[in-house]
Amino acid sequence: MTVGLTHFLIVSTLLFSMGLYAIITRKNAIMVLMGIELILNSANINFVAFSRFGNFGYSGQLVALFVIVLAAAEAAIALAIVLNIYKNLSTVNVDEIDNLRD
Amino acid sequence: MHESSLINISLFILFLPLLGFVITLLLGKKVKSIYIFENLIIIITFLSSVYLLFSKLSYFRTEKINAELEWFGFNNIINGTTLSINLGFMIDNITAIMLFVVALISMLVHLYSIEYMKGDERYNRYFAYLGIFTFSMNGIVLTNNILMMYIFWELVGLSSYLLIGFWFEKKTAADAGKKAFIVNRIGDIGMFAGILILFFTYNTFSFDKIFSSIGSGILPFNSDFWLTITGVLLFCGAIGKSAQFPLHVWLPDAMEGPTPVSALIHAATMVAAGVYLVVRIFGLLTADAMLFIGIIGMLSAFIPATIALTQNDIKKVLAYSTVSQLGYMIMALGIGAYQFAFFHLVTHAFFKAALFLGSGSVIHAMHHEQDIQKMGGLRKKMPLTYWTFIISSLAISGIPLTSGFLSKDGIIASSLAFSDLTGHYLFPIFSLVVAFLTAFYMFRLIIITFHGKPKDEHKFEHAHESPFLMVMPLVVLATLSIFIWYTPNPINSEQGWFLSKWIEKPVLHTPDKTRFDFMKMGNIESNLSHSYIESEVYKEAMHHSHLSAMILSGLVAVLGIFLAFTVYQWKKIDADKIAKSINPLYKFSFNKWYFDEIYNKTFVALTIGLSRVLAWFDNKIIDGIVNGSAFLTKHFSFFIGNFDKYVIDGIVNFTAYFNGFAGLIVRRIQTGKVQSYLALVIFSIVILLFIFK
Amino acid sequence: MINFPILSLITFLPILGMLIILFIPKRQALFIKTFTIIITGIQLALAIFLLSNYNFNLAGINDIKSFQFVEKFRWIEIDGFAWLGKIKIDYFLGVDGLSVPMILLTTIITFIASISSWTIDKSIKGYFLMFLLLDTGMIGVFVALDFFLFYIFWELMLLPMYFLIGIWGGPRREYAAIKFFLYTLFGSVLILLVMIGLYFSSMETLADGTRVFTFNMLEMMNPTNYTQNGILSPLNPANLRFIAFIGLFIGFAIKIPMFPFHTWLPDAHVEAPTAISVILAGVLLKMGTYGILRISYPIFPDITKDLLWWIALFGAINIIYGAFCAMAQKDFKKLIAYSSVSHMGYVMLGMAALNTLGISGAILQMFNHGTITAMLFLLVGVIYDRAHLRDIDGFGGLGKQMPIYTGFVTIAFFAAIGLPGLSGFISEALVFLGGFGNESIRILAIVSTLGILLGAGYMLWTLQRVFLGTLPDKWKELTDLDAREYIMFIPLVIIIIFLGVYPSPMLNLMNSSVNTIVDLVEKSNEILKSIGSL
Repeated sequence: MTVGLTHFLIVSTLLFSMGLYAIITRKNAIMVLMGIELILNSANINFVAFSRFGNFGYSGQLVALFVIVLAAAEAAIALAIVLNIYKNLSTVNVDEIDNLRD
Repeated sequence: MHESSLINISLFILFLPLLGFVITLLLGKKVKSIYIFENLIIIITFLSSVYLLFSKLSYFRTEKINAELEWFGFNNIINGTTLSINLGFMIDNITAIMLFVVALISMLVHLYSIEYMKGDERYNRYFAYLGIFTFSMNGIVLTNNILMMYIFWELVGLSSYLLIGFWFEKKTAADAGKKAFIVNRIGDIGMFAGILILFFTYNTFSFDKIFSSIGSGILPFNSDFWLTITGVLLFCGAIGKSAQFPLHVWLPDAMEGPTPVSALIHAATMVAAGVYLVVRIFGLLTADAMLFIGIIGMLSAFIPATIALTQNDIKKVLAYSTVSQLGYMIMALGIGAYQFAFFHLVTHAFFKAALFLGSGSVIHAMHHEQDIQKMGGLRKKMPLTYWTFIISSLAISGIPLTSGFLSKDGIIASSLAFSDLTGHYLFPIFSLVVAFLTAFYMFRLIIITFHGKPKDEHKFEHAHESPFLMVMPLVVLATLSIFIWYTPNPINSEQGWFLSKWIEKPVLHTPDKTRFDFMKMGNIESNLSHSYIESEVYKEAMHHSHLSAMILSGLVAVLGIFLAFTVYQWKKIDADKIAKSINPLYKFSFNKWYFDEIYNKTFVALTIGLSRVLAWFDNKIIDGIVNGSAFLTKHFSFFIGNFDKYVIDGIVNFTAYFNGFAGLIVRRIQTGKVQSYLALVIFSIVILLFIFK
Repeated sequence: MINFPILSLITFLPILGMLIILFIPKRQALFIKTFTIIITGIQLALAIFLLSNYNFNLAGINDIKSFQFVEKFRWIEIDGFAWLGKIKIDYFLGVDGLSVPMILLTTIITFIASISSWTIDKSIKGYFLMFLLLDTGMIGVFVALDFFLFYIFWELMLLPMYFLIGIWGGPRREYAAIKFFLYTLFGSVLILLVMIGLYFSSMETLADGTRVFTFNMLEMMNPTNYTQNGILSPLNPANLRFIAFIGLFIGFAIKIPMFPFHTWLPDAHVEAPTAISVILAGVLLKMGTYGILRISYPIFPDITKDLLWWIALFGAINIIYGAFCAMAQKDFKKLIAYSSVSHMGYVMLGMAALNTLGISGAILQMFNHGTITAMLFLLVGVIYDRAHLRDIDGFGGLGKQMPIYTGFVTIAFFAAIGLPGLSGFISEALVFLGGFGNESIRILAIVSTLGILLGAGYMLWTLQRVFLGTLPDKWKELTDLDAREYIMFIPLVIIIIFLGVYPSPMLNLMNSSVNTIVDLVEKSNEILKSIGSL
């Protein structure tokens, strides 16, 4: 049995689902950020997989590289925001940060 | 001598007293002696009027001098007509004599008042008022048109009002002034209506133009009847001013004014203006109008004479006697005795002024006591006053050798002639009865006042003859009550210069068919274009009745005087007993026939009542409707307001409320938790994917 | 001839003064008062200057060429606005023999009222602002020849009047002010409706030959300008001219005030401060009769002619009814208010006579009533200022305490009851002569002479109750007139006596205009026939 596109997609789906689960359920903001990372990486897998099996050249790999860079930047900013939230509200529990409601 | 100089002098006579009035009134407060100026003015006026009378009678005896100027006018550009309202003078002998009488009595009253009014707090103002009176009276006398007559007519009304109410602190005086003005106005409305008819018909106010139009057959509304009505309406003015029945009630009350004023205005001159008016409009009176005038005059002569019998106020007796004598003159005009009416006006002016000034002298001496029952025996204390009073009383009673005899006798003779010619026998009967009553009440007055024993010793002690300035006018006026000034023959005035030369004969312009039979053109002696009423028939009848009139009038006068002496001097008959035996009649007379009471209960009450009712109507009904509509509008608007508030706005508010409620429910979704939003998003995407797969 | 816009100047001078006063601080009360007196004084001087340049022979009324000091230019111009078409409104001022006496009256009365306002002590600045605004409104009504402009001035005068009564008035001022305002506004609405109806019924021809609807009164009077289907055009068989005339008449009659629309008057007069009563009686009442002569008569001559008897009837009712009501009053001011009702009846009677004498008498009576009643209200104001009482029975014997004041009152009272030699007599006599000359209203004229008697009755009765008799102790402190009051009364007395002795100038002033009005109404049937409507 050869490893085909389907397997890649299954892996990425699993990663995505885990990431999504983390985002929705985890209470710690850091954990939520990690969920986001997972989802980004599942997307990267998809890019690479479609690039490998599709007729797209190396575009997929290239986009994946971009995404990695973006993810790094995003992580930096997001962590800074979390840090600030913690500074202001003394918590990183997303359930308690419901100021948006008002 | 030119006519224009007469006009100039009459302008002078007219406006000089006005100047006196203005200056005395304005400076009265500051300059205490300004009354001397007013007195000088009146003396100059008098001298001018003497000059006017003299030149008129010597140079222009048969002429009528007219002068006019336009007062204001209207041009109608569209139909090219113009209309001017003129002011003007007409000077005939009657005017000149009347001016002289007014100026003379006015001057005497001015001089008399210097003493009489001494010490009054409004001394100067009193003289100012006399000035405006003289001005207005001269205006009446001089005018040549009926409008100007009306204007000055009202102005004498004003001065009369001011002078009657001169002591306005007394309520009775204030009341009397008001009453005089208003009662006069009633007559004036009639006169004004007559003027309206004349102006509408003839487009002019001028007597001469109106007469000549009537002469050429133009009548108001083209009917004889309306000519009669016009005459009667104009005569209404005389009823008011000359205090004729039924408007005579103001004159006795007018005695509230200072006594010299009563002499000047309410005895000699102003009240005679009514007679003067009838003299002036005589030319347009029809037989019916004359009969009406005659009857009014007869009643006015009789009624007050009966009232005067029982009055105890010296001035009231004289006032009623004035009304009675004015009635005599008016009656004389009504029966066509034009010349005698004016003659009586002049003689009456002198002797009545003398009587009033004499009574003023008595009142002055008695410290303003007017009740004759409290006087008596003043003969010795005040000989000059007494003797002048006697002479004047003889004159008013019509005793031969006095002026009053001449004029009164003429009127009685005319009334006899008139009754011969027309059968109206009441006129001579009433004139004789009145002559008798006059003689009686005048001597009743004299005996109670001057004879007998003093009733009030204290006042009697202080009584004294009045000072020179007060006695001098009495003497002058009493002298003028002697026959010699008017005629050389003491029993026949027709031979005298006064009647035969001075007073013009009347001219009647009315259509032939509206006249008394004896005044018709057919009976006219002259071939002049003027139509004299001095028809042969009337003249004949008067000659015929002259002797009987003289005997009868002399007889009743002497009888009256004799009776007065019997009752009051010799006490042969007890006056009180008679009064008791005819108590209802006595009371009727004493209460002045209840005229005032009747008028107060009817006309006055009606007017005041009507005014109250209408004011109530105005306040409650008319204004009630206004306020009611405001009330209704207000309450309707409340209703609409509530409808708006609860229904219309309710719908609006409900919409808002509903939306708010819905929002409240929906906002529950908004938790503010990022994760739940995300879950919702994902859930929704899944649903959408299922739907749009 | 004057080559500057004198009418605009007279009209808007008070507005100018008002703008200046706006910038004067409140505490400068003395300056504000003096300034207002100066402004009204200049206005009076301008009016006299206008009179001295006025040509007495030109008639005016319906012919623009014989109007004088005309100022006319386009004011509002809208081309094609929906279905209305072109709207053109002129700023159109001019005077004739009808308006000059009224301008003179207004400027005299305003001047005297401004002197009388000296005693105002509550928010002075506001008072004089309103006063000047009122002034502009009044003059404007008398000079406007464009109906639209007329209406604007007519309404302009309402507002300050409302405040002047409502703020500076007596104890029941709110009630009186609202009553006055609503009543007059009710009349204004009727006038507005008729104005709009007339607008759509007559067209003027412009210089370029186009025809547009017009608010120009003179064009409205021209029968050739009627449109075929206009609601108020005689050419339209279903026209509403009769109803429109009645409406317009009621609109004006409220201001006169005519029975039964008169009840605002006693309340307004009693509550208004003295100076405002003076203006109200002296000028505002004249606007009603002026409006009728200026607008109703020449624009509706056909209807006028049919209704003369009714106008005379209401005039007679006013005379007699007003006199009776006056007799029953206890309040001095109310008595004079009702005497105004009575005296304005003479104006209506004279107008209804429709002849030269009658209408001359009516206009003269408008002028005379203005001066006499103004004086009466000033006199009541004098005693009210001193005694704070207007109850007639509360006084007595003042003749002794205040002789000069009593003298002025006597002159004013006798002028009011038509004593010859004073101005009231001439106008009343002319009204009666005119009324008697018109056959249809002759009886009414005769009945109205009763008013002369009743007038004497209530006036003399009042004179007696207030000034004659004994003086109660409590009035022993009252002082006689001061210098300021002399200044108010002496000009009025001079006018009253002058016009009583020599009315000729005033009558000549209005003569040709009066003839034109009479002619216009008399010939209305011929005119209507000539344009084919009969």
